[in-house]
Amino acid sequence: MTSTSETGAVGTVPPPRASGTTSGARSGPPVTRKRSGRFGDGLLKGYVWLILAWLFLPIVVMIVFGFNDTQSKSNVTWQGFTLKWWGRLGDYPDLTVAVFNSLKIAVISVVITTVIGTFMGLALGRYRFRGQGATNLVLFAAIASPELVMGASLLSLFVSSGVQTGFVTVIIAHVLFSLSFVAITVRARVVGLDPSIEEAARDLGASTWVTFWRVTFPMILPGVVSGALLAFALSIDDFVITQFTSGSVQTFPLWIWGATRIGVPPQVNIIGTLIFAVGVVIAVVNTVTSRRRT
Amino acid sequence: MTETQAGIEAAAAASGSSNVPAIELDGVVKEYLSQGEAVRAVKGVTMSITEGEFFSLLGPSGCGKTTTMRMIAGFEDPTQGKVWLHGQDVTDVPPNKRDVNMVFQSYALFPHMNVWENVAFGLRRKKVAADEIKRRVGEILEIVDLTGREKRRPREMSGGQQQRVALARALVNNPRALLLDEPLGALDLKLRQAMQIELKRIQREVGITFVYVTHDQSEALTMSDRIAVMNDGQVDQLASPREIYERPATPFVAGFIGTSNLLSGTVDRITSGFAVLKLGGEDRVLVAGETHRAGDPIAVTVRPEKIRISTEEPTGDVSVVRGTVFEVVYLGLYNSYAVSLADGAEVTVFQQNAVDSTSTAERGDAVWLSWQPQHSYAIGS
Repeated sequence: MTSTSETGAVGTVPPPRASGTTSGARSGPPVTRKRSGRFGDGLLKGYVWLILAWLFLPIVVMIVFGFNDTQSKSNVTWQGFTLKWWGRLGDYPDLTVAVFNSLKIAVISVVITTVIGTFMGLALGRYRFRGQGATNLVLFAAIASPELVMGASLLSLFVSSGVQTGFVTVIIAHVLFSLSFVAITVRARVVGLDPSIEEAARDLGASTWVTFWRVTFPMILPGVVSGALLAFALSIDDFVITQFTSGSVQTFPLWIWGATRIGVPPQVNIIGTLIFAVGVVIAVVNTVTSRRRT
Repeated sequence: MTETQAGIEAAAAASGSSNVPAIELDGVVKEYLSQGEAVRAVKGVTMSITEGEFFSLLGPSGCGKTTTMRMIAGFEDPTQGKVWLHGQDVTDVPPNKRDVNMVFQSYALFPHMNVWENVAFGLRRKKVAADEIKRRVGEILEIVDLTGREKRRPREMSGGQQQRVALARALVNNPRALLLDEPLGALDLKLRQAMQIELKRIQREVGITFVYVTHDQSEALTMSDRIAVMNDGQVDQLASPREIYERPATPFVAGFIGTSNLLSGTVDRITSGFAVLKLGGEDRVLVAGETHRAGDPIAVTVRPEKIRISTEEPTGDVSVVRGTVFEVVYLGLYNSYAVSLADGAEVTVFQQNAVDSTSTAERGDAVWLSWQPQHSYAIGS
């Protein structure tokens, strides 16, 4: 899509220069940036579309099959457009319960995670203290350790300490694995802040409390929101750890897993579409406001 | 320390009627713990800053000038000593309760607020009535020439404009003193010079005590009423710009402020109020002062522009040394000569390029250097 006049010019110039440009486009980045040959240009475009298709095709398929006028139990072949599933969202009462369980777990764990994680991020980014290295290591370990290991160890912890698995244990588990993500995104934001901005607030007569709410918090808010979004996304679709720690509580992913044996109904696609849409809207709003903020 | 004491007395004498100094530091020491070791950043600073004065803390980086200012603002607690603001001991008062405001080197504007909100921040904290906030913010934005830009965000403004927002945000609170931490450091030369004049004008207009931290000696000389030259956590000299330039108290001050020549030798004899310093041959350096005694080792400074260079022997009661020119640099307004003396010492001489200048020399010339006795000073080490 870059300036067509230039691309055209490359096509019409004498062969030596044209070939030079083309080979340069393939081997050296500095030349590519200035002027790319037709071949290199096409290659780059094709590559970009391939990546985009790879990322978005599954999502598109999910959305499209929510409108599939399927007759059988399995919703895998296109049989015509319909809106009827949107009107029959509540056909499976246990699915509805599972979705609301997932939302409840996600919201509660995100609130807890965001509060604790924000303060952790602030402490890690702003101060030097004893045990800081150990804290960083634990944060990283929580991200790096396989879910299977975490789920199994949580289950054995709950069982051996006599805690009945259920709603509360799922929330504890979700806070555990998403805390690191919030703490790390907030820490990144805090490290980038000029500490004299907070000093300026103090200098202008703001108490520590007012400085935090009027100056520090608005500045780290984009980090807090992205951390919370990340935590929400991790919680709403977690399967492995939830499976270990949920006891008899059914969540959305657990219900889908159960349904795969008999065929996943289009309602699942629609709920997936709705969750995706909400996520996109929040992400866009966060990007726009944080761009305006700083 | 004797110089500091003298400075305080001079200030007290100069201020005369205004009885209480704006800022007083009394034996202030600041120690940091660095890898388990106590490091002294400020080693006992005592000074007194007069109401309404433009006061500079000047020194190289790491000399403790910023730490000293941060103790005045309240961001650092002194390890020892006391800080007084207008006769009130504020050593243990937090920064938000001190009646001084600071302009930060990085400006430290609130990025999520527009210009108006930035400037109004301090007044809002003091619960000033809304219509008065409106009036005062409007007034101060006019003084710093930012009227009409109230809705801009800091990042949408140039460095010079951000600088003026920072200044307005501090000044709008009518502080008893304004602390400025290298506020012009991030600006380019032209803008910096314009802002120096601007700052001086604003200071005259609002009549507030300015304490200005800088490592730029020309900036300090241009703007200040008095300067404290700091070196290694201590005040080497506290005096007016003219005195600091012409009568540096220590070799450090002489070297840090402008270009200076340092000559050392022993006192030969005392004649009519002058100590005569013997350097060798016919060289003689006259230094004012009754306290010197024959045989004393002595170091003397003289500024390059005070020296006259000549190929003929000068006459009169002047200091005279002989040397050979080994470098001539044409600098437009003046020539810079590098002259080596008999004892191997090097002396720099600036000579103005006047049309009728008789005092010129070429490379390799044997020359006489001469200057009036009052232009050289004996300095302590």
